[in-house]
Amino acid sequence: MSPISTDAIFANLVFAWGWLDNWIVVVGCLSALAAALLGNFLVLRRMSMLGDAVTHAVLPGIAIAFLITQSRSSLPMFIGAVIVGVLTAVFTEWIRGIGKVDEGASMGVVFTSLFAFGLVLLVQTADKVDLDPNCVLYGAIELTPLDYFVIGDKQIPRAALVLGIVTVINALFVTVFFKELKISSFDPALATTMGISAKGMHYALMVLVSVTAVASFESVGSILVVAMFIVPPAAAYMLTDRLGWMICLSGLIAIASASLGHVAAIVVPTWFGYGSTTTSGMMAVVAGLLFVVAACLGPRHGVIIKAIRRQQLAWTILCDDVVGFLYRCEERANGCAHMSTLSSELFASRFSLGFALRGLLRQGQIRLLTDGYALTEAGRDRARQLVRSHRLWEQYLVTETTAQTDKIHARAHQFEHFTERPMRDELDRVTEAPELDPHGTPIPREET
Amino acid sequence: MIGRLVALTILTLIVLTQSLSAAEPVSGSLAESAIQWPTWSQWRRVLTFQDYNTRIVVFGVATLGAAAGLVGNFTLLRKRALMGDALSHATLPGIALAFVMATAMGMDGKSLVVLLLGATVSGLLGMAAILWIRSQTRLHEDAALGIVLSVFFGAGVALLGVSQQMSTGNAAGLESYIYGKTASMGAVDAKLIFAAATIVIVLGCLMFKEFKLLCFDDGFAGSRGFPVMLLDILLMSMVVLITIVGLQAVGLVLMIALLVIPAAAARFWTEEMSWMSVYATVIGLIGSVCGATLSAVFPRLPSGAMIVLVCSFFFFLSMLFGRSRGVVFRWLRRRRLNRRIDRQHLMRAMFELGESRQSRAKNVSGRKHPSVSIGQLLKRRSWSKRRLATAIEAAAEEKLLRQHGDSIRLTSAGMTEAARLTRQHRMWEMYLIAYAEIAPAQVDRDADDIEHVLEPEIIDQLEVLLEQERLRIPVPEDPHAGEHNESQTGATSNVSTDTEMSR
Repeated sequence: MSPISTDAIFANLVFAWGWLDNWIVVVGCLSALAAALLGNFLVLRRMSMLGDAVTHAVLPGIAIAFLITQSRSSLPMFIGAVIVGVLTAVFTEWIRGIGKVDEGASMGVVFTSLFAFGLVLLVQTADKVDLDPNCVLYGAIELTPLDYFVIGDKQIPRAALVLGIVTVINALFVTVFFKELKISSFDPALATTMGISAKGMHYALMVLVSVTAVASFESVGSILVVAMFIVPPAAAYMLTDRLGWMICLSGLIAIASASLGHVAAIVVPTWFGYGSTTTSGMMAVVAGLLFVVAACLGPRHGVIIKAIRRQQLAWTILCDDVVGFLYRCEERANGCAHMSTLSSELFASRFSLGFALRGLLRQGQIRLLTDGYALTEAGRDRARQLVRSHRLWEQYLVTETTAQTDKIHARAHQFEHFTERPMRDELDRVTEAPELDPHGTPIPREET
Repeated sequence: MIGRLVALTILTLIVLTQSLSAAEPVSGSLAESAIQWPTWSQWRRVLTFQDYNTRIVVFGVATLGAAAGLVGNFTLLRKRALMGDALSHATLPGIALAFVMATAMGMDGKSLVVLLLGATVSGLLGMAAILWIRSQTRLHEDAALGIVLSVFFGAGVALLGVSQQMSTGNAAGLESYIYGKTASMGAVDAKLIFAAATIVIVLGCLMFKEFKLLCFDDGFAGSRGFPVMLLDILLMSMVVLITIVGLQAVGLVLMIALLVIPAAAARFWTEEMSWMSVYATVIGLIGSVCGATLSAVFPRLPSGAMIVLVCSFFFFLSMLFGRSRGVVFRWLRRRRLNRRIDRQHLMRAMFELGESRQSRAKNVSGRKHPSVSIGQLLKRRSWSKRRLATAIEAAAEEKLLRQHGDSIRLTSAGMTEAARLTRQHRMWEMYLIAYAEIAPAQVDRDADDIEHVLEPEIIDQLEVLLEQERLRIPVPEDPHAGEHNESQTGATSNVSTDTEMSR
């Protein structure tokens, strides 16, 4: 294993990078962008698996096109594949509607059957030409620059041209029909009442998905297009709640994962002493890593921020419980409690309890005496409000919902943590300003 | 009757042509490379399992098909039909990595144990990733499956790219995991499949109740103290297990098909989960055996693809003719209901027409029921002439009315039935006005929707409720209560005695 250093990576890259790599990155980016633009709507419509289904299902289209034309020219195969791709969506919808089968299951039935059919057809032709399913499904992105057109004095790879056109079409579709796509994705019924054909949008989307899938996998392999349909949009979905932003972000993530993927394909294997590896595979892996990062760091729905929020809530509730407990101790004329008592009474671990106590001490709501923790004046205020909420809720539950007296404590315990002053006053009014709660303990007065 | 028969015959023909084109997809489009029809002796050889190889293959795919059908049954009902798809793709990086690491350490990279170990580890990782995405983010099931599928498979492709550069060991053939090599299945593979299938089937039977709860109501299962997460993991592990042994024997796409199609086909036959499991298992088993046999008899038909095609043929048969949810049966049931509703509408329309005429003429009694013309009936509702004629014919067949040319007259039995139906309709209208506070001008439509499915018990309850409200129910007295046999007056007389008792 060679030592990993930044210099070594750069040296390696500069050494390995050539005009080929530029085109590979361009082709990869175009394919990723084209797929990600449409993928947003697939993810939102819960049809993420369609890309996978279409790329598997097009096999018979290719085989039939080959059988009819008896040549390996790409246009008939392209058309055949697109037709079968659209048929996959149509059959899936058909079986789902007529047979009342779950969407995923009907997709599974359709694409495996079509794939098997295509395989049978291909085997029949096997002795005439070699039409390797491998090559159909795993087109090699590394070889795309070698198949080029000459335009002016520039050599432009065919794949770049085709994918460029597809990307432009997809971008136009998404921008022109943005409103229609948005409404029909989120609320098909509303779309229909607004005069937008939800079905029309669905099938337009399906046609473009098939075109994109076929155009991409022919040159860059199916795995890349399947990944790019789902992963960048899913990552963007983690980062924003607005559809416009989501589409832009998914495009950026797609481009980033395509370019970084190629760099990774050259660099990463050298760390373990191997040469460069399959680019499209690494592009998918990088997209996956970007997704994980987005899922963890998302500003509103990220895993980390959610965990922090949950932890904060847990500590707030624990602090509430501590002051509430100390207040009840004071009512029984014993105003102090030790750490161990608190820990066993509140079912809290010593670690989190210690954290909560330190926070309360810092806020000046409790103080440490010789025989344990006791409330300060500020802490007593907080505790009084809390206990008042608790007991008013208990009273309310008994009088208004005829709940059993032994069941109300737990419910009131949940409510007390988010009951503010106006709510308490309302409860007080509804329960006719009681002096005692259902258990017979006095309800503290509100501070004026 | 005749219409029904004709419709059935046409449907059968359509299905037959469809099935032919599904089972022999190549014959039409491939005139020049037509399949040679095997001789009788070839058939006999295969069908009696004289070849060792055929025996192994058929035995292997049969057990695999049965186990996959059972597991697929659970995943389908859990609405995760494509889980097998995602998990089978997720095994690829494990296979490639196991090969690379084993070869780097100087072991045989292609030994079955090493590859299976790698596949299991990465399949389980894929499963964990799916669960993580689903529980920690707001993405839905399909996106979780899609992400795991594509990213893991991408990693696998990248690792395969590395493995092809290994100086030692030959990576060629690792790809066969994707396409399978059913026809060259060995005794070791078959034994492995048998072992895995046994584990899966035994687990599926032992944990049937738990899985059933998990599939239909995981929230309830959780509240009853079942470890839902653990059950989910167990179910997914069963998918991983059966996928891994299946993958290296029959390939990726076939494995997905075996997990999805038999269960989806079984769903059409029954509403009982235990029966559905049995059907799914049997369809998986028979489909696999038929496919493998066909591929053994006919040259150049890949067995994996044939198994999928036979299974999807079963699926289409089930979708059309399934006893419980099949298209044909659902259509017949709906038509029967529509006809009954039409007949009930006809009876009520006739009753109401007669009623209005009676009140006009102040003619209280009359043994002869007034006759009405078809023209009058056509004006009552928006129904076509043909539909009305069918309804009249059906009612006449049940001796509820008599038709003389253009005029129709209710029989005595018909009068009772019509009175009962009108009564139901008006009771429900009164109920809606009194309890649901619906405007009287609108109740007719609402009552129309529900009157056909009202049970006698509900009518009784309505009667009691409306009695409490002190509402007079404008239902005419049955003028011929004494004349009819019990079965026809049963509902009405029950109601009246109940009313008396409630007073």
